[in-house]
Amino acid sequence: MSRLQVVSGKGGTGKTTVAAALALALATEGKRTLLVEVEGRQGIAQLFETEALPYEERKIAVSSGGGEVFALAIDAERALLDYLQMFYKLGGAGRALKKLGAIDFATTIAPGVRDVLLTGKACEAVRRRTKQGSYAYDYVIMDAPPTGRITRFLNVNDEVAGLAKFGPIHNQAQAVMRVLKSPQTAVHLVTLLEEMPVQETADGVAELRAADLPVGKVIVNMVRPHILDEEAVRSAAGDRRGEIAEALAAAGVSGASELVTPLLEQAADHAQRVELEREQRAALNQLDLPSYELPLLSEGVDLAGLYQLARELRKQGTGS
Amino acid sequence: MTLDASVTPLEVDSLIDDPATRIIVCCGSGGVGKTTTAAALGVRAAERGRRVVVLTIDPARRLAQSLGIDSLDNTPRRVKGIAPSGGAASGAAASGGDRPEGELHAMMLDMKRTFDEIVETHADPERARAILENPFYQSLSAGFAGTQEYMAMEKLGQLRARDEWDLIVVDTPPSRSALDFLDAPKRLGSFLDGKLIKLLAAPARMGGRAGMKFLNVGMSMMTGTLGKLLGSQLLRDVQTFVAAMDTMFGGFRTRADATYRLLQAPGTAFLVVAAPERDALREAAYFVERLAAEEMPLAGLVLNRVHGSGADRLSAERALTAAEILASELAQESGSEDASEPAGSAPENESKNLDDGGIVDQGGGKTDVREATDASPEAPTVDHTPAHPPAHTPEPDHRPVDSGTPATARPGTADDHSTEQLTAGLLRLHAERMQVLAREQRTRDRFTALHPEVAVAQVAALPGDVHDLAGLRAIGDQLATGTTPPVEAV
Repeated sequence: MSRLQVVSGKGGTGKTTVAAALALALATEGKRTLLVEVEGRQGIAQLFETEALPYEERKIAVSSGGGEVFALAIDAERALLDYLQMFYKLGGAGRALKKLGAIDFATTIAPGVRDVLLTGKACEAVRRRTKQGSYAYDYVIMDAPPTGRITRFLNVNDEVAGLAKFGPIHNQAQAVMRVLKSPQTAVHLVTLLEEMPVQETADGVAELRAADLPVGKVIVNMVRPHILDEEAVRSAAGDRRGEIAEALAAAGVSGASELVTPLLEQAADHAQRVELEREQRAALNQLDLPSYELPLLSEGVDLAGLYQLARELRKQGTGS
Repeated sequence: MTLDASVTPLEVDSLIDDPATRIIVCCGSGGVGKTTTAAALGVRAAERGRRVVVLTIDPARRLAQSLGIDSLDNTPRRVKGIAPSGGAASGAAASGGDRPEGELHAMMLDMKRTFDEIVETHADPERARAILENPFYQSLSAGFAGTQEYMAMEKLGQLRARDEWDLIVVDTPPSRSALDFLDAPKRLGSFLDGKLIKLLAAPARMGGRAGMKFLNVGMSMMTGTLGKLLGSQLLRDVQTFVAAMDTMFGGFRTRADATYRLLQAPGTAFLVVAAPERDALREAAYFVERLAAEEMPLAGLVLNRVHGSGADRLSAERALTAAEILASELAQESGSEDASEPAGSAPENESKNLDDGGIVDQGGGKTDVREATDASPEAPTVDHTPAHPPAHTPEPDHRPVDSGTPATARPGTADDHSTEQLTAGLLRLHAERMQVLAREQRTRDRFTALHPEVAVAQVAALPGDVHDLAGLRAIGDQLATGTTPPVEAV
């Protein structure tokens, strides 16, 4: 399994939740995973019900079987200063650059520098080794930008390597691209069984493939149970209203006759949704990618829900 | 679901009918229906007599289609099929019958094009060409994080300046923090005023004047460092770019400031869009606070995808209990494999599980998720919630269909059987719906408790996506009235 797992998806599909569940699921039997946040929203801290994450790797969860999940919220400015320090021992010059507004410039406006720093930091964590020579983290899971931006985000180093044709930035950019385009990396796309997210997933897969970036799995999130299908609803709405009212009354529901119509309306909505989901599932199957499915947790995702999703991912083969 | 008396309803029609309203900005986190809301507002305002342009950032092809346009680009296109609503909008009485005929135009932000246009407008042709061909510029303009936000605001300023429309509806970028568009003009401004720019632009400006020697030494040290970092060729590109842009920077700064002031002006109204989910509403609350801090005028909250139920007097617990009763009757009567349903005899446990949060893992019966879906896209999804105990039998969903088609006119006993199954299914669906309702209510209450002053409009969840003007119109109706139109008879 790839050691860098990048999780993207359309806004609102729950990619942060999926990334967190994946980090938990991969942290089995003494394994260490690092969950990386790049968009500065502190979504991970909220999910794990801890205070805001600083710019440092800290343990945020222990998985069943003794695995550990670490988390890091990458701050582009700090990452840049780190990077300057690491490559050029530029402590003082870094401060001078900051005074000049160069750091602001680099992390917010300059093309792609921010994205270079974020991807660079994640790749550094992938490659990092302990003193004993083993990998510092078994897996690095990135809560990445949304599908619409993911290819550009991951590919930024290619672009930078083209802009800066020589020098340390060029070399660093190429080193990052080597990790991202190798089987060491898998880019997963989270989607819902709805038209827009599925369309965006299909577009995202095409873009990633065109850029030679390794597409991992489609993760269908918030899958709801199908209770009745269209035919059943049609049948019920026809000449069987009376029978249904009787059955409701027999089951102890008061005022049953007035409930039949609203209940059937809900069933019609449901049936329509089932039908739409079927179409979307077919569209996803066309992508010819392996997939995971995660259930909708009716109470929303809290810490217990996160562990439940992690179990679900493990059942479906994550980490094995 | 109707709004409580404690929540101020958002008067959408007063907002869009007011000629003083010139800009409506829809903001919110990704995936909450911002773009659709912006389009629906545009359609409604146009049909109520405004000359509207909708500026969308999100390249949603289907939105273009729903507006009857093949594709949206950087030029506003007129939307056909906008019909003056006249009496159709129930709240239209105020302005009488002789309202002017409205128009709707729509466009999608093309970042690179917008940036190019600025350059072309503000630099002489030769200089413009130098800029447009600069590799550094090409990367910058093609849209890395940050540029989009700035360009959206730039475009808004341009549209406003053209004065062809009396209402501009803006859909904001799906920003990482959803607020970047507020910061973008300032950030760019402070960068342009910064020493770095002066430093980078210096060689071109100073030439070789001897008096500047001292400064030159400091500068060459600095550019030396930058050169080491960026590579000397990139630094040259940047310097050429900065030098070429030098004359335009003042204009950038001025416009960025003007756009920011425009957003604070009385003619602007912000609508925060959210779905009744924890994360989206948390983001919305943050937005409300931030807008207040920036003195940006907030009109209210649009809550999309709200679920309702015409049978809400029947609680989830009672619906489930009734479903269990029906299931256990079935088990006793039929003696079929249904008899093995374990949950049928324990309705109390079911409602207890529900109270515990509805995520109780019942074990077994759930391991075949992938198999079921991989094997066939047609297969019904395996159940994930305890609200539906028959998941333990394979494909329970199909049973009512097999025996329940009216055309087959089965004998009485078979029909009774399937009616009970069908009714149990209806009840379980209802229980699921009521759970959703309760959750949405709780998240919404949390928001309104924190921000009771924020007016709210609600839009009901639709089973599918919006595909046409009629769909956008229906959403507009809901935005204005806050009620769900009656569901068509099945």
